[in-house]
Amino acid sequence: MIEAENLSRRYGGMLVVDALNLRVRAGEVVGLLGPNGAGKTTSLRMLAGFLAPSGGRARIGGHDVERRPHAARCALGYLPEGAPSYGEMSVLGFLQFVARVRRLSGERRRSRLDAVIQQLELDDVLALPIETLSKGYRRRVGLAQAILHDPPVLILDEPTDGLDPNQKHAARALIRGLAHDRAILISTHLLEEVPAVCSRVAVIARGRLLADATPAELERRSRYHGAVSFSARGAGPARAAISLLPGVDTVEVDAPGGRVTVFPKPGRAILAEVQGILAAQRVEVSEFALERGRLDDVFRRLTADPAEAA
Amino acid sequence: MSALLAVLRRELAAYLVTPVAYVFIVIFLALAGAFTFYLGDFYSRGQADLTPFFTYLPWLFLVLVPAVAMRLWAEERRSGTLELLLTLPIGRGAAMLGKFLAAWAFIALALALTFPLWLTVNYLGHPDNGAILAAYCGSLLMAGALLAIGTGLSAATRSQVVAFILTEMVGLGYLLAGHRLVQGLVQGWLPPGVADALAGFSFIDHYEAIARGVLNADDIAFFVLTIVCWLGAGVLLLELTETG
Repeated sequence: MIEAENLSRRYGGMLVVDALNLRVRAGEVVGLLGPNGAGKTTSLRMLAGFLAPSGGRARIGGHDVERRPHAARCALGYLPEGAPSYGEMSVLGFLQFVARVRRLSGERRRSRLDAVIQQLELDDVLALPIETLSKGYRRRVGLAQAILHDPPVLILDEPTDGLDPNQKHAARALIRGLAHDRAILISTHLLEEVPAVCSRVAVIARGRLLADATPAELERRSRYHGAVSFSARGAGPARAAISLLPGVDTVEVDAPGGRVTVFPKPGRAILAEVQGILAAQRVEVSEFALERGRLDDVFRRLTADPAEAA
Repeated sequence: MSALLAVLRRELAAYLVTPVAYVFIVIFLALAGAFTFYLGDFYSRGQADLTPFFTYLPWLFLVLVPAVAMRLWAEERRSGTLELLLTLPIGRGAAMLGKFLAAWAFIALALALTFPLWLTVNYLGHPDNGAILAAYCGSLLMAGALLAIGTGLSAATRSQVVAFILTEMVGLGYLLAGHRLVQGLVQGWLPPGVADALAGFSFIDHYEAIARGVLNADDIAFFVLTIVCWLGAGVLLLELTETG
C-alpha cells in the first residue's frame, strides 16, 4: 500500500507539491497524470524516500518512509525518472549488484534473476555494457531492477517512456499482470496509457491534486460524454433538425472531415433521437459513434483552468 | 553488511573496467620512481632505506588521490544513479563506507605495486624492514585520510572537476598545516593555542612520526578520526543536497 498524507515540498519559496493526499491499495494501478512540471516526479521521489518532504508524511507498505526507511525500501520497487543505471556495468552485472544489495541469495537470487530476465526479454543483451544499449533496453533494465525482489509496492516514473509501440504494449501487459496483488503507482503524461493500464487516475497540476477517479469516471466528466458523432454527405438539413431536438445542447462540425458532433444537455441521452432523424431523412451515414468521453478534453480542462478545478 | 560489500565490490569493479585505473597505476609508479631516484638522490645518498620514496609520497598522493575520489559520488549525481542507490535498502553511511573502502583498496593495490623499490634496497643493503613496513602503514593511513576528504567532498557536487579541486585545496591545507609557510601566516593574528592546534592537524607531522618507524597510537588515531569525520561530513552533505 502507498499512502501520501498532506505531502508537500518546497524549493526555495516555490511550493512544488502542495498537500498531496493519495492512497494506492494492493491490486490497484494508479496513474499519476499531469503536464510537465506538475510535480509528478517530486511526489514520487518523496514517496520513494529520495527527497525529504517539507511537510506531510509518506508510507510504503505501512512503513513511514522517513522513520523506518529500511523497511519501506525493502517493500518498494522503484524506477526513478529516466531509468538511471550504471553505464559501465553489464546488464547481468547490474542486476546481480541490485540482487546483492537487496540481500537475495542462493536459489532465490537465481530464480528471480531468471524470472525478470525472461519477463523483460533481456536474454540477448545480458553481457553487454548498459551504456551501449538502446533507450528501450535501458528502460527495461530499469524495470527489471525494480521488480527483481518481487516487491509488494511498485513506483514507476514514466515506465514506458522511450519504448516503441510493441515494447509499450508489452510493458503495459507486464504492469497489468503484476497488479493483481500489488500496489502500483506510475507517472505518465501519455493519456493513452491511462485506460490501458490504470484502474484509477490522479491528475495533478501545479503541485495540487485535481482529480482522483477511475478512467470511466473521468471520461464522464468530459463534454464529449454521451455525445453522438457521425460522418455523412449532405447532412445539412438533418443537422438543422437535430439541433432543434430538446435534449441537444450544441452541434459542431469539424471543418476538415465534415464530421458532425452532437452534444447533449447534461444527463440527456440523445442517441436514439439522432438516429431517428438521420433515418427519417435518409442521410447516407458512413460512420456513426456514441462517445464515451475524451480524456484529453478532461485533462486539458482540469490542468489548464484553475477555476474549473475548484 | 552484505549491502556494503555489494557496493564495495561494484566500485572496485568500476575502477578495474575503466582505463583510468591502469593510467593511474602507471603514472603513480612512474612518478614514485622518478621522485625516489632523481629528486631523492636514491643512489648518491649511499643508504639502504626508502626515505627518499616516503618523503615525496605525500605530495604524490595529494595530486593523485583526489583523482581517485572525485568520481565516487559526483558521478552518481551526474548520471542520476544516486536516486537509484539511495532508494535501495542501504544506509547512506554504509554506501559511503563501501565506496571509500573500495577506493582505499585500489590505492593500497597501487602502493603495494611499489614493492620493487623494497626489493631493490634489500638487494643493495640491509635496511630496517620494520621501519619500512611502518612507513607503508603510515602512507596508507595518510592516503586514506586524503581519500576520505575527497569522498566526502565528492558528495557535495555533480561535477568531478569541482570535487577534485576542492579536495586538492583541503588536502593541501592539511599537508601544510604544520609548515612554517602556514604557521608564519597565522601566528601573527591567531592566538598561539589555536595556531598550535592547527599545526596538530598536519598530515606531514603525523605521517613522518609513523614513517620514522614508530607506530604511535596517537598518530594512528589521528588519521582514523580524520577518515571518520570526513566520511560523516559526506553523509551529511548527501542529505543536505539530496536533490540530484
